[in-house]
Amino acid sequence: MMTELLERPDEPTLFSTHLPGRDGEAPGATKPPQTRRNLSTLHRDDVIRLLGALAAGICTAAWLFTQVMPLRGAVGFVAISFVLFLLFYVVLVAMDDGGPAMKDKVASVFAHAIAMLLFAALACVIIFTFARAFDALVNLNFWTTDLSAAGPIDPLDKGGILHAMVGTLIQITIALAISIPLGVLTAVFLSEVPGPFARLVRTVVEAMTALPSIVAGLFIYATWIVTFGMGQSGFAASLAITIMMLPIIIRAADVVLRLVPGNLKEAALAMGASQWRTVWHVVLPTTRSGLTTAIILGTARGIGETSPVLLTAGYTTYMNHNPFEGPMVSLPLATFNLVRSPEPNQVARGFGAAAVLMLLVLILFVVARVIGGRGPGQLSPRQAARRQRQSRSDVIRFAAREGHVLLDPRAHSSTRRRR
Amino acid sequence: MPTEVIEHRAAASATPRRLTTVRGQQDILFRAAARSGGLTVLTIMTLVGVFLFVRGFDAITDAGTAFITTEAWSPNEGNFGIAAVLFGTVTIATIAIVLAVPLSIGTALYISEFAPRGLKRSLITIVDLMAAVPSVVYGLWGFLWLTDAILPIAEWISTHFGWIPIFDVDGFEPGDPLSTTTVFTASAFIAGIVVGLMVTPIASSIMREAFSQAPVGEREGALALGATRWGMVTAVVLPFGRGGIIGGTMLGLGRALGETIAVYLVISPVFVIQPNILQTGTNSISSLVALRFNEASEFELSALMAAGLALFLMTLVINFGASMVIARSRSGAESEG
Repeated sequence: MMTELLERPDEPTLFSTHLPGRDGEAPGATKPPQTRRNLSTLHRDDVIRLLGALAAGICTAAWLFTQVMPLRGAVGFVAISFVLFLLFYVVLVAMDDGGPAMKDKVASVFAHAIAMLLFAALACVIIFTFARAFDALVNLNFWTTDLSAAGPIDPLDKGGILHAMVGTLIQITIALAISIPLGVLTAVFLSEVPGPFARLVRTVVEAMTALPSIVAGLFIYATWIVTFGMGQSGFAASLAITIMMLPIIIRAADVVLRLVPGNLKEAALAMGASQWRTVWHVVLPTTRSGLTTAIILGTARGIGETSPVLLTAGYTTYMNHNPFEGPMVSLPLATFNLVRSPEPNQVARGFGAAAVLMLLVLILFVVARVIGGRGPGQLSPRQAARRQRQSRSDVIRFAAREGHVLLDPRAHSSTRRRR
Repeated sequence: MPTEVIEHRAAASATPRRLTTVRGQQDILFRAAARSGGLTVLTIMTLVGVFLFVRGFDAITDAGTAFITTEAWSPNEGNFGIAAVLFGTVTIATIAIVLAVPLSIGTALYISEFAPRGLKRSLITIVDLMAAVPSVVYGLWGFLWLTDAILPIAEWISTHFGWIPIFDVDGFEPGDPLSTTTVFTASAFIAGIVVGLMVTPIASSIMREAFSQAPVGEREGALALGATRWGMVTAVVLPFGRGGIIGGTMLGLGRALGETIAVYLVISPVFVIQPNILQTGTNSISSLVALRFNEASEFELSALMAAGLALFLMTLVINFGASMVIARSRSGAESEG
């Protein structure tokens, strides 16, 4: 009997209980044939409903605009068709589904629509700027000359904004040269040397992220320029930008540094590394991508900020390479000054400067992705070589300290090749 | 015998072991360098704050309570106050936030929950890029494109909802064919829309960060119990990301209050409290500073400092509120790997 049961466990026997299978059915019971459910999120009905509602919304809006109400304006048309589309869609969905399914579909279309609205609005901002800038940007002299030789009514094939590009680059370089070392060092201090003093610094830094940029400019204007009598210069603008960027970089870097897994740091310390070595070889490489993002976010704010520069840099149409002497214009400031002119050519130049500024920000982002986009542990060939050199010198150092014979370098290189 | 051993151990453990950390020279240097970095930043930041307070207080003590209640701005005659500019600042920021909150929540939800997986990374990059578009570009767009595009809408709102006091516009008669739409240009409404669009990407990227940290286990739990995607979002993602929503909103509000150039380009400055948001003329503290710093006397500069101080204190309170809310929420509580 026992052997029989063991051999044929599926067969129901008389006077015996049996456990249900995994699907809750008694083994051996006949199951209805299963049909595969479609779990993909896009159904044919959804698409038809969506397109139908869209068409109905646009048509009703067109009818309202042309026949019923004397309305005008493209933005109004889009807004009304959007609202009508949502209404039609809700009605259409309600015809098929009810309860949670309907809520889900309506919410989903809302989220899609809002995101699309935002992306459309932002695309509008950018396309508008580039369209207005096109006339200025296509002239080569716009990229290679300054504005000193071109008056407001001169055509666009005279004068350019090279001086503003150079000014922007000089100012942001000085600002970064101060704020990157100071910012990262302070962020490391906040996360690695905790204590009451670090808490105080963190509180003050968090408070200063609230400092409106114009107030940072006003501070430099009132001290450096009015009190010390230094005159408006590129360096003053850099200082104002630094004051604005520093808290942003420190705060973002601090958040990133605090996210370093504790067990990584503990592993390094347990291996006998000093705190400095832990920070340099574990914490900073782990957070490299995050730190790059923090610096880039700060730079992007700093490079595009007009108000502190407006108060501190001064406006000029001449090329000025010296940040310590004389006014030095930057791209946002040039934009700001040029578009307020009544002459259409000056306005076009202003838009050109804005477009160049956006391109600069874009290039910055791409560079940052290339430099900082790699995750921790992924090394470029040069970094890998450097790491190996370091590791080899460590081996020799350890061996020397413990009084061992130096390893045969050939043996060492063969182990490397095997890896 | 065993009891004796235990007593012995208890006696030993009564005096706690002294733990001393002996740091190497490298570490002492490193810690000193880090501390001095912190000290430098602290000094700079405190200097800015203290200077602002000291210079601003000159003007505030001179004007007394009139500083809060006066609408006019002529410091050289001793008649100045921030009532009008403060009201304008708050109006513009409120309009901006009313627009930005639904936009940013919707976008954050879309990116973290609804967007196709392949598109997600590029959408995140686009939103980050949008946050980096210079404010002068938004200002230009608002001043030269949006003003024309939005006039019919402002007119429509004023025609049909003019009975609500804030939508009323002086000098505009809906039935009058000769009435012009120029009374709708350069209003707080337009400035608010521009600033709202400007702060949306930042607010949205903070919210998305919080949403995407909602624990996978709880999401899957909700789905496994039969929740629809929206059910899962309302039951798990939104409660989890509440801190992020409030934090992003507050941060956006802080940016909106301090925005200078976009507002400066759009508005035409007036020094009266302007409750009709659709009507031409409003003002904000930061655009007041940008407008007046150049020909300011020593005393007016200190009055501008005082106005800047008021703005700084306002954003400070909002920022601290935001960081307290973010610190209390569950998001970001998983730093141990």
